[in-house]
Amino acid sequence: MNLPNNEIAVIDVDAILQSMMASLPEIVLLLAACTLIMIDLICKGRRVELIAGLSILTILVVAALTLGLALHTTFGTDPVYNHMFIADPFSVFFKILFYIATIISILFSGNYLKNEGQFLSEYFIILLFALCGMMIMASATDLISVYVGLELLALSLYVLTGFLKHNERSNESALKYLILSAVATCLMLYGVSLFYGLTGTTQLGKIAAILDGSNASTDSAYVLASLFLIAGFAFKIAAVPFHMWAPDVYEGAPTPITAFMSVAPKAAGFAVLLRIFNQALPQLSDIWLPVLATIALASLTIGSLVALVQTNIKRLLAYSSIAHAGFALLGLVAGGESGTASVMLYLLIYAFMNLGIFAVVIAMQKAQGRGELIEDFTGLSKQHPVIALLMLLFLFSLTGIPPTAGFMAKLYIILALVNSGYILLAVAAVLFSAIAAFFYLRIVMLMYMREPNQNIELHLSPGFRFSLAVTGIATLGVGLMPRWFFEMVSVSVF
Amino acid sequence: MGLPILSTIIGMPILGIGALLLIRDTRLIKWLSIIICGFELLFSIMLIHFFDSSTHEMQFRESYEWVPMLNMRIALGVDGISILFVFLTALVSFICVLASWNAINHRIKEFMITILTMHTAMTGVFCSLDFILFFLFWEAMLIPMYLIIGIWGGEQRVYAAFKFFIYTLTGSLLFLVGIIVLYFAGGNTFDILALSEVNYSFNIQIWVFLLFFIGFAIKVPMFPFHTWLPDAHVQAPTAGSIILAGVLLKMGAYGFLRFSLPMLPDASQYFSQEILVLSLIAIIYGGYLALAQDDLKKLVAYSSISHMGVVTLGIFVFNLQALEGAILQMFNHGITTSALFLFVGLIYERTHTRSIAAYGGLMKIMPIYTTFFALFTLASMALPGTSSFIGELLVLAGTFVNHIWIAALAVIGAMLSAAYLLSMFKRVALGEITNSKLRDLKDINPREFTAIIPLAIFVIWIGFYPSPFLKIMHSSVENLLQQTSQTRPKQIPPQTLPKEHILSGVVPQ
Repeated sequence: MNLPNNEIAVIDVDAILQSMMASLPEIVLLLAACTLIMIDLICKGRRVELIAGLSILTILVVAALTLGLALHTTFGTDPVYNHMFIADPFSVFFKILFYIATIISILFSGNYLKNEGQFLSEYFIILLFALCGMMIMASATDLISVYVGLELLALSLYVLTGFLKHNERSNESALKYLILSAVATCLMLYGVSLFYGLTGTTQLGKIAAILDGSNASTDSAYVLASLFLIAGFAFKIAAVPFHMWAPDVYEGAPTPITAFMSVAPKAAGFAVLLRIFNQALPQLSDIWLPVLATIALASLTIGSLVALVQTNIKRLLAYSSIAHAGFALLGLVAGGESGTASVMLYLLIYAFMNLGIFAVVIAMQKAQGRGELIEDFTGLSKQHPVIALLMLLFLFSLTGIPPTAGFMAKLYIILALVNSGYILLAVAAVLFSAIAAFFYLRIVMLMYMREPNQNIELHLSPGFRFSLAVTGIATLGVGLMPRWFFEMVSVSVF
Repeated sequence: MGLPILSTIIGMPILGIGALLLIRDTRLIKWLSIIICGFELLFSIMLIHFFDSSTHEMQFRESYEWVPMLNMRIALGVDGISILFVFLTALVSFICVLASWNAINHRIKEFMITILTMHTAMTGVFCSLDFILFFLFWEAMLIPMYLIIGIWGGEQRVYAAFKFFIYTLTGSLLFLVGIIVLYFAGGNTFDILALSEVNYSFNIQIWVFLLFFIGFAIKVPMFPFHTWLPDAHVQAPTAGSIILAGVLLKMGAYGFLRFSLPMLPDASQYFSQEILVLSLIAIIYGGYLALAQDDLKKLVAYSSISHMGVVTLGIFVFNLQALEGAILQMFNHGITTSALFLFVGLIYERTHTRSIAAYGGLMKIMPIYTTFFALFTLASMALPGTSSFIGELLVLAGTFVNHIWIAALAVIGAMLSAAYLLSMFKRVALGEITNSKLRDLKDINPREFTAIIPLAIFVIWIGFYPSPFLKIMHSSVENLLQQTSQTRPKQIPPQTLPKEHILSGVVPQ
């Protein structure tokens, strides 16, 4: 945001057109979402399947637009909307990640919602709004536009976590999320306002220019402002010590939303973190580097250790996602181009494997939250060998064992860390990921080394099979032939 | 040669798995698996046949693009050291399938798939010339091994599988950090040969050596990182124990040979005293523990710790005899210990007990079994005329030159191994038949015989005529020693103790 000085505002038609072109995907998405609301009204809420299908179609169209713009023109180079928004390769990468995550989430939502008796079209439309919020976050180059995207996302997520109206846990988790998230947003806004007060601008580029050459990192006001910002974002990506909400919310929310939240909004949070800390505040790295390194290690430790004692698979995956957020943060700590690229690769790969594992979890679930205990996986390999094998693949990928994608993700982060000279940090990180192996192995053990004690029924719709196939192929494919993915992230770094 | 033989050896089991997935009939599955393993064995014999042992250069090299951005390549090749283990792997897998013919009675298809996956990964480890590719195979082995122990193992299988996995994973991840440090120190490449040419600063060498050491020492396993081994061995099914003892334990030592010594020569020298002492402890401590065991598998497991101590001892005295002895001993240990586990498995299949106390007088019931069992027991305790004798003698002779006290103490280990192995043999095979259940046991059948014969051939062949094996590795070992000893203070000229001289007293003319 740039407050008007004494200049006379002139309407610059070219700039407006330019801005609209750059944000065409977002505009189309919003218009389509609004249209879907009207279609739903006309159909009186009876054509839910149609709305779900149209949502996927919308995302595909928007994805095509995004790619077309990225490949075709030079929008990427300049910020638009008066330096508030940019459609650079970095944002395109994240948007594609969001599209994949959202489409897969929609694909495996149908059966689940029908089981819960909440198969309503609002669900899909609100997901589109959440998607739009994340896209704005990925493209934001101003603290204010970051905030706008963040709020659009958060408001949609409050509704989605509480979507099972008649389920106490779902309501509880929505309320919890709302209150805690509001507090975190306040913290972040406070940080933003401090930065505005200190530098006179909220534009990331200008903040960097003002800080450049100054010794702001010794100024306690900047320390305070940075800490507030970090606290706000640590909440969004569920990093320790701001992780408390994650297990409860993940457990209570409808499982497809849990899957979605553990992947896409987390990636959006990382996109913003990467942009703010690398583009606006590189001068303050003396302040935020040690803090982020501590947060990363703490997340790894606590996520891995607490996950050991969980009995509910959704809570377990919540803690696992905390640990993974810690690992990804290490890439940000490593810094530089390879650090940023490693975080991006990590998030993409994490999206595939986590969505895959949630697809299996959702397939296991019966109505009213039964079938979400880890024990329910006992003997799965006897009754459903293919599903068990996929689950095995996802679990070993989360552990980081080659030849799965999870290994390549970890490898790149460690490369970036060592490249920047943080060898001990790398050692600590790998030791904690060895602890994390323990609870992933436990699920493998239950699936393969115990006799089934009940008949496991799986609900596998075509959409489900499709999402399992996509995530499975990606998880193995990236592990064996990572070349294209490494190159993609390295050209997408801002 | 036009045929990319190494990638054929590595890839064929994977194709085989694809075929196995389509088959339902268990007999067909078993036959297809044995045919694949047979072809693998054939190919590795071909490999040795076409191998040129006059050079230390990598041979049968293949190289494909993988991730150019990070200079990762799919690079394969074998030299005189690794070719022995490629062959050993093929042999061990072949024997594993035979040994599991009836021992594995549930989930046969999955079992054969995991064995073939193991085979691919193990061969890949010995053929890789790219660090990340190496690590990929090295680490990927954990998955099938975890499943083999955990699904088809004994009572405590889950515990043992976890312990094995977590232990090895921890070591391997530290090893990975070491690899990455070398990647940057050596000029952004994962090429193992290129990284061996670089002179790293002493500081880096120390750090990387420690990171590597933990990874390799857990695999070997060296004292004090050995505690996973008895559990894993005892709980694993026969095939699992054979793979573990036959190939997996060699990988740690192979890591020392391929990476620690040539890449980090100064650090290897710097830490050699400590490692020699740890090896010595392993030799003696492992021997004492083996002496106290009643469980046959545990006894063999602890004897492995003791015997692998001899191998690490030989590696870290840095002279030609000891080094060649260590490598030969790795090969021998792969043969003899696989054989001992196979024999324990054979008798366990019949009686379902591994307690030594439950046996006695097997000689009278199963004469053929007992004869071969005696052969391998004697081979394991390094009786002259068997393969281990040559290996141990070379190691000890080499050690005597540089570290006379350590060598003297290591001889205690040899005495201990005679004590526990002979007493085991006596209690199991000799004497009166104490357990009446043993009376109607059947002697070994043709299938089991097929598994035993190749192992027996190698035991006697190497025992009496080791020079072909030494010749294959000779120039590679010389080259390795040269890379290691650039800053070495004291070097023994080979002519003071010529190899022929040592062997002349051993090999019956």
